[in-house]
Amino acid sequence: MKSNPLFGRLALGLYLLIFFGYLLGPLVVMSMTAFNSSGFPSVSPWACFTFEWFDVLFKDERILNSIKNSFMVGFGTVILSVAIGLAASLVLTQVWARFRSTYYTIIIAPILIPGVVLGISTLVFWDRVSRLLGPGTDAFLHNGLFLTILGQSTFIASYTMLVFVARLQRFDPGLTEAALDLGATHTQAFRKILLPFMRPAIASASVLAFLASFENYNTRPSPSAVTRP
Amino acid sequence: MKKPMIFSQFFRNNGAFLGSVMMFLVGFWIIVLILLPQLSMLDFSFRFNLPPAEMGGPKDVYTLHNYKYLIYGAEAREGTYNTVDLMVFMRTILAAIGVTIADLILCYPLAYYLGQSKNAGFVRLLVVLLIIPYWINEILRAFALRIIFGDAGIINEFMMWTHLTREPIDFIRANIALYAGLGYAYILLMLFPMYNVIESLDRNQIEAARDMGASWIRIHRRIVIPHAKPGISSGATMVFMLSAGALAAPQILGGPSSLWFTQLVYQWFNNSLNWQQGSAYAIVLLVTSIAIVLTFMRIFKVNMGDIGK
Repeated sequence: MKSNPLFGRLALGLYLLIFFGYLLGPLVVMSMTAFNSSGFPSVSPWACFTFEWFDVLFKDERILNSIKNSFMVGFGTVILSVAIGLAASLVLTQVWARFRSTYYTIIIAPILIPGVVLGISTLVFWDRVSRLLGPGTDAFLHNGLFLTILGQSTFIASYTMLVFVARLQRFDPGLTEAALDLGATHTQAFRKILLPFMRPAIASASVLAFLASFENYNTRPSPSAVTRP
Repeated sequence: MKKPMIFSQFFRNNGAFLGSVMMFLVGFWIIVLILLPQLSMLDFSFRFNLPPAEMGGPKDVYTLHNYKYLIYGAEAREGTYNTVDLMVFMRTILAAIGVTIADLILCYPLAYYLGQSKNAGFVRLLVVLLIIPYWINEILRAFALRIIFGDAGIINEFMMWTHLTREPIDFIRANIALYAGLGYAYILLMLFPMYNVIESLDRNQIEAARDMGASWIRIHRRIVIPHAKPGISSGATMVFMLSAGALAAPQILGGPSSLWFTQLVYQWFNNSLNWQQGSAYAIVLLVTSIAIVLTFMRIFKVNMGDIGK
């Protein structure tokens, strides 16, 4: 590269162009089709510029309803996975050194389990739980939203855990110890010192968790399977 | 904070209340959300698909039937194999490996450039550009690729306009759209771990090697790649596992005559309502992909602890 700077620069530019074309091209196409009046989603032939499809969107009850569901699942997942991720990362900093890598392997594993498998195993397990507990619990445990929150939190908690671990590396445990020495209870020290320090990480983990949940398609115990024979 | 953790010690460090809340959350996650569902799916996969009335009855025994079905098909005769499902399985695994390698080759130069470039402002701009597509839903991205690769899609229109080809090329049937879609879906999971480790590489090492006359390839082989190994392996693991387990992209972009293995799993659950069979397929997929990842990690000598860093 050093021997021929002009050639190197050209190659680099071309490479960047291809990479970002691959990345951004589909988006541009997608947004253009939204304004094309042709009934089949396409850019060419370009029929006519229109806002018609947005009208259709806001009049569609089913889509609006599913957006509501997505938001509910999203918020549930954020709360559950942020709480679990924070607890898991705190345990990671304190866990017995010899047990550490095993523990880490277990809590990182959900990222690597295929989403479909995760959703299905959640469904199988809770179906069994509800059969054990008797028919009264069916309505709750067979609720698709509830199971989806659990299934998604399983792996999204791993993502939030990673965010917290990164932030915790810069935390000075001396601060908590000082607070404890000065007579604060553990809960006070947690609320007044650790939590404010973790606030940026909590915010970014929440956003991450919400986005991951909102756009997830693979990990959901599907409603049609929930009404089991 | 590297004290040996015994439970009493843990509670003394965190207080009784916080300690129990943390223990409860982590225990709930590991046991109820991670371990028990996988175990109950494993248990399920060894059972017959019985009507509810016969569950727990004398016919409810453990069996290898569901696994035999994947290998031999409906009639467990000698010499006949369930070629359709096995082919789908092989194709899924091989294609996932291919997608991973393609993403690796595509990302390495960019990760190196972002990690070592001195132009901080430009790097920040590129990173923002990288993230924008990921604000859009996975399914919409797949549909966008379908519009591009379709019969009357942009690529075909362009190629016919420039007279490169007279007939539209069927990218969907050839699964080119599917591979492009899978690579597209998970490319950032490859890029960012690599970018993070390459960024921490001391520039002086590269310059020292260059001063001593190392060739461009040699610098990468001896310095950059060994340093980036944890990032490469964690990126490759994530891309491989996620593309082998993808469902949305194959459903939208897959050719009409070819299936992804996850679609088979899904069909057993939703169309055939044979959960036991579906569980067996899911277990086979899970175990095989983990085995492949562990084999590669053994070959390239990386630890599980490097994943996700």
